[in-house]
Amino acid sequence: MNEILFGYLSFAILALSIAAITRKNPVHAVLLMIVMFFHLATMYLALGAEFLAAVQIMVYAGAIMVLFLFVVLVLNIREEEKGERFASGWPLGISLAAGLLILILIITDKVLTGRQGQFTQAVILQETHTKAIGKLLYTQYVFPFEVASLILLVAIVGAIVLAKKRLG
Amino acid sequence: MNFLEIIFRPASFDVIVQLAIMVLKVVVVVGVIMLHVTYATYFERKSIGHMQVRLGPMRTGPHGLLQPIADFVKLFFKEDIIPAAADKPIFYMAPVISIFAGMSSLAVIPFFNGFVIANINIGLLFVLAMSSLGAYGIVMAGWSSNSKYSFLGGLRSSAQVISYEIALGLSLVGVMMMAGSLNMTEIVKAQLAYPTGMFLFPQILGFFVFMVAAFAETNRTPFDLPEAESELVAGYFVEYSGMRFALFYVAEYIGMIVMSLIAITCFLGGWDGPFQIPYVPFAWVFIKLYILIFLFYWIRATVPRFRYDHLMSFGWKILIPLALFNVVLTGLLKTLNVI
Repeated sequence: MNEILFGYLSFAILALSIAAITRKNPVHAVLLMIVMFFHLATMYLALGAEFLAAVQIMVYAGAIMVLFLFVVLVLNIREEEKGERFASGWPLGISLAAGLLILILIITDKVLTGRQGQFTQAVILQETHTKAIGKLLYTQYVFPFEVASLILLVAIVGAIVLAKKRLG
Repeated sequence: MNFLEIIFRPASFDVIVQLAIMVLKVVVVVGVIMLHVTYATYFERKSIGHMQVRLGPMRTGPHGLLQPIADFVKLFFKEDIIPAAADKPIFYMAPVISIFAGMSSLAVIPFFNGFVIANINIGLLFVLAMSSLGAYGIVMAGWSSNSKYSFLGGLRSSAQVISYEIALGLSLVGVMMMAGSLNMTEIVKAQLAYPTGMFLFPQILGFFVFMVAAFAETNRTPFDLPEAESELVAGYFVEYSGMRFALFYVAEYIGMIVMSLIAITCFLGGWDGPFQIPYVPFAWVFIKLYILIFLFYWIRATVPRFRYDHLMSFGWKILIPLALFNVVLTGLLKTLNVI
């Protein structure tokens, strides 16, 4: 059962990602992307990471909505549909990606599995995933967590400052 | 091993029984909520009618009781018109997404002790995720219709929903802190263990922010700018007709019912009431639901629509700081062991 689900999800994620980058209409691409993120959330759910699944949908639903607005405000969709499907540098991009894929294929059997930590499937089920993540973030990893939030704060303030200047 | 043997093995038999129970629960909940949606329209027209010294629908059946059914039959047989320049796949999908987002939130609402379709640990997060999905129905409808009015309605809605979603999520953080869980059933049980029997009293600020944000999320007056009929004809669903229009209409009422049910579960003590009603364990949920739905209509008949810049500054400069203050206050009171 799990194998069938995993097979379907990985196939759908790949198919939807390919579909998203080959659409000429940017709105369709953006909407296919959100369907892809839903499949990714389902995969997290199947792995027992329920908090991650919910946050995946909440964060990306909002983010893609903003992307959608960018598409609508900045791009002219009728012009986009007439143009070339890919940017002119696509052979270079594909060869770089293919090289990366070969590298990954070479090293996959040399990857070491990490040490088994205290969080087994049973522990997470008993404590609930949200609580487990919260406790770790606010005790053991509190410093990196705070650094990350500081960086985000700088980005937010920077965005506001840039937007203000343009208003004059 | 033949097929029947696989079905009647004890282990798989259990799974089938569980599935059947779950399907039955889904059918019951969807049926009951659809019935409520049908008569919520009647209730709205009647209560607003009486508030404006009119009678409301009177002709179809005694006191117009058959009006919602007549409306439904009419919408069902109307011609389904699709604009020639519409983006058809997205145009077809938009109302379905709207209704799906509302309906799937119902899965995590406990109607009485032990009756919930999906008792999941991230119930509250699931509801928030689904409400952010709901905005897509509106934006997709607005964009794909290829019409100025729908598009303006869709854009207004996306800005409004993104802004008020933050306040909605933050207002529930206080409840999460007090209950120590995101599971909806656990939240109700935590309230039953609490002296006042509900989180309304320590969380009055959170409840206020939640209700205001809920009005904005469901595009109800005074936040109905996405469908402001005097400016945008009907907003994002101008180009929809017949059954597709009805789907949007139903989605709006389901949204209202879902938001009320979340308020009941998180702030108003869920299935518990001041006294026990024998044999009907879900009675209190529905009594509270009718009161909150009436509140939606009452405010619609009382308060005029916001101006757009007021709407934005109210959301960002008042509601979000209030919700953040509520989080800090709850944390402070909780460490001091006051609540």
